[in-house]
Formats: sequence, C-alpha cells, structure tokens
Amino acid sequence: MSDLTFFGYRRQNDRVGIRNHVVLLPLDDLSNAACEAVANNIKGTLALPHHYGRLQFGEDLELHFRTLIGTGSNPNVAAVVVIGIEPGWTGRVVEGVAQTGKPVQGFAIEQHGDIDTIAAASRTAKDFLQAASELTREKCPIADLWVSHKCGESDTTSGMGANPTVGNFIDKTDALGATNCFGETSEITGAEHLCRERAATKEIGDKWFATWQAYMDEVIEPHKTSDLAESQPTKGNIEGGLTTIEEKAMGNLQKIGKNARYIDVLAPAETPEKGPGLYYMDTSSAAAECVTLQAAGGFAVHVFPTGQGNIIGNPIEPVIKVTANPRTVRTMGEHVDLDVSGLLRREMNLDQAGDALIDMVLRTCNGRLTAAEALGHREFVMTKLYRSA
Amino acid sequence: MNRLGNQPPDFLVHEQGDSVGVVVVEGIFTGQNLNGWVMDSDQTLTVTVNENIPLGHKFALADLKSGDAIIKYGQDIGRTVADIPKGNHVHVHNLKTKKW
Repeated sequence: MSDLTFFGYRRQNDRVGIRNHVVLLPLDDLSNAACEAVANNIKGTLALPHHYGRLQFGEDLELHFRTLIGTGSNPNVAAVVVIGIEPGWTGRVVEGVAQTGKPVQGFAIEQHGDIDTIAAASRTAKDFLQAASELTREKCPIADLWVSHKCGESDTTSGMGANPTVGNFIDKTDALGATNCFGETSEITGAEHLCRERAATKEIGDKWFATWQAYMDEVIEPHKTSDLAESQPTKGNIEGGLTTIEEKAMGNLQKIGKNARYIDVLAPAETPEKGPGLYYMDTSSAAAECVTLQAAGGFAVHVFPTGQGNIIGNPIEPVIKVTANPRTVRTMGEHVDLDVSGLLRREMNLDQAGDALIDMVLRTCNGRLTAAEALGHREFVMTKLYRSA
Repeated sequence: MNRLGNQPPDFLVHEQGDSVGVVVVEGIFTGQNLNGWVMDSDQTLTVTVNENIPLGHKFALADLKSGDAIIKYGQDIGRTVADIPKGNHVHVHNLKTKKW
C-alpha cells in the first residue's frame, strides 16, 4: 500500500492537480455572459458562472472572495482569466490567485463593454490554454493527494456500506500521509458527542463543537419552522428509510472511519495549513454548496457516497460516486463509479471495498472521467451567508 | 451461499443490542421470515415481519413501547411515538427526532 502513486500536474506552488482546466472566472453575476462567450470562443476552456458578487459585505463578502480565489488557486486549474464589472474587486481576485504562481489575468467591463472585453480576454485565454496543453503529468505519491468527502441523498445503505467504505479509505490513506476533508455541520447533529471525540486534541474538539453550536444557534434555531423533516433528513433520505437526523448523523460519521483523527477545523473554503491529515470544514450539507467550498479549499478529487442516487458533479473537482444500494445501481447505474452493494450481500468485506475505492480514486486521478464528468455535471454553487446590502 | 461463503442476508443490524434491523433486499412482504446478520458481532438471527418493508427501511427487533429510545449503531436515534410490536415497520409515523 505504501507505494501508491498517481500521475498528476505539479503546479508552481508544489500542489498537485489531477485535471488541467483553464478557467474563466466571473467576479460577479454581471460578468457571466462575457465568461461564457470567451469559453465559446476558445474551445477547451471552462466558464464558471454563478449568481453573486454584488453589494456583498462583511463576512459574506470575505467568503465570496475566498471561494473565488480558492477556486482559481485549486491545483486542477492551470490558469485563470477573471472578468468583473469593475477593476477593483476583479484585481483582488487576480492578486489572490497569483499567489500560487500560476498564470492569471483580469479584465474589467466598465469603459470597454462586453464585446471588447470578450475579444481581449479571448486572446489571453487562448494563450493560457495552449500553454496548459503542453504541461505533462508526473508520478506523485498518494501523500500529494487532497481528497474531500461528502455524502448525499443518503439512505440506510449509506451507513451500512458506502460510508464505511469511505471510512476505510480515510483510515488507510491518512496513514499514508494523504490530506482528507469532511464537513456538513448540520448533519452531525445527533452524533456531535462522537464527532467531538474524534479530534486529535481536546482543543481541536472544542473548536469543532463551537463551530457546530454556532451553526445551530445562528442558522437552524432562528429560521426553523418545524423539526426540519423533509429538509434534514431530506425527502429522498426518508424515502430511502432514514427517519431522524440522529440516524442520518450516525451514518454520516461512518465516513471518517475508525482511527483517523481530524487535526483542524476549517472555515468554509479555507485552505488547510497544518500539513497532511484529516480536516473538518464548516459547510452546509447541501451537496453542491459543500463540494464547491471544498474545491475552493484546494481539494483535488471528491469521494461522494450516495444511497438514493445524488447526481452532483463539480466543474473543477471530479466527483466519484459510491453506492451500496442495489436498486440505485440497477435504476441509475450511469451515475455510479463504484458499486459496493456486495457489502450488503456479504460478497465483499470492508477491507476489499476500501481497496476498491482507493483503486477508483487513483484511476480517476490518472485521468479516468467520472460518471458526473461524462454526464456534464458542473454544479458550481457559492455559499451566501445573508442578503446583500 | 455467495462467493465469500456467506448466506446473503435479508436484513442487517449494526450492533448487538440495536432495536431495529434494516431490510437490504427488495420485495419483503407481510409474514415473511427473514434472515439477518449483526455486523459488529457477526451473528445471525431470524425475524418474521408483520408488514411490507421496502429496501432500506427498518423494523422492530423487539416489542417497543411508546416513548422508548430507538437504538441503532448502539446509539440513541430518536423516540417512539407509538407502541411498535416486534416485526413492524419503524419510520416517520412512529419514530421522531429528539433534536430540533
């Protein structure tokens, strides 16, 4: 196991990516059209349209910048063109991404208009794309890999099969020096006492608990109108047999295995800075919001266990689907990268399932397209903390 | 027998002492006698169900009283709001969260 390797793109800052995107990143909603026009002009580039970036302020604005800068800085991205309505905030994103050393250039629309901006940005995007196309993969140890994890449309088979498979993956790769991340703050509710105990130190556990408590006090309690049934657990969770948030939380926590301990608690979209290990990121439990934040934190590949069949993808971070539900394999197999339903039939054991997941992750890192990539799932969803000014 | 030499179970139980089992095959109907496997202790058991139980859904492994805690994974996952006889479906109609 210790000689596990993959072929990745080593970037200027020594982080390793598994894809080689040239991204057209809008600062704000107004600049989506120009980014999409450039992507249409320069084939093989990737526009990341989103809904926000105007009149945000305070912590919400900081998260907006952290998410955009983190997305551009992700090692799966070779180069970035930023387009914004005005040059000030556009430049702030450019400066943030430039810290990685990768090619990045910004364009502002005011005093130029869409058409001249699109023309100028297209020339730069073409240069970036051709340069990126000459980059080559090199052999990297699994210790260079950053893997994020989040489950979705879970059911009881998630807690029995797919999530423990992820747990086995984390236990094995944590011991080999990989960097792993889990999150979903609301969804630990009912297992918060167990999650707190999985921190590497009491101080980190206390930091985690304060993060969970703040989510309860600031998000759930002021806004809830019921016991959240059909929202958390979702309607799909309930259809799949999950009844309460406590039951869902116990299944969710199977993802972190039995031995690994988290070494820090990250803010949304924050990049880990304590070296290899398992990290917790404070995120929503909604799939696209969570994966977008983890990708912005710098994670290169995502493992997504599902029960009823969540179909999410992400534009820059490949999302690998794992399920143990035999009906989901039968009815929507085109979305499934790894079938571990044999666990429920006792045809395979957890050690074998974990090894199969390691193999699928490494194949994906080497270039295998995930089901979500092949099906064109590119859900890029910014987290917004409150209404704009 | 499957390729690991095990009988494929009809339902799984996470831990010895849990109050519910989870159906892991499709087409379980009223009156069927089911074979179960307890994952943590590697023991087997049989239970007759009193209702149709869909894939992924739970049923009671013992007679439960209204207000009892339901134990799964060895942990409290909520409280019953009705008496639940052994073999009956356990879901949103008779089990509620203690949170929120």
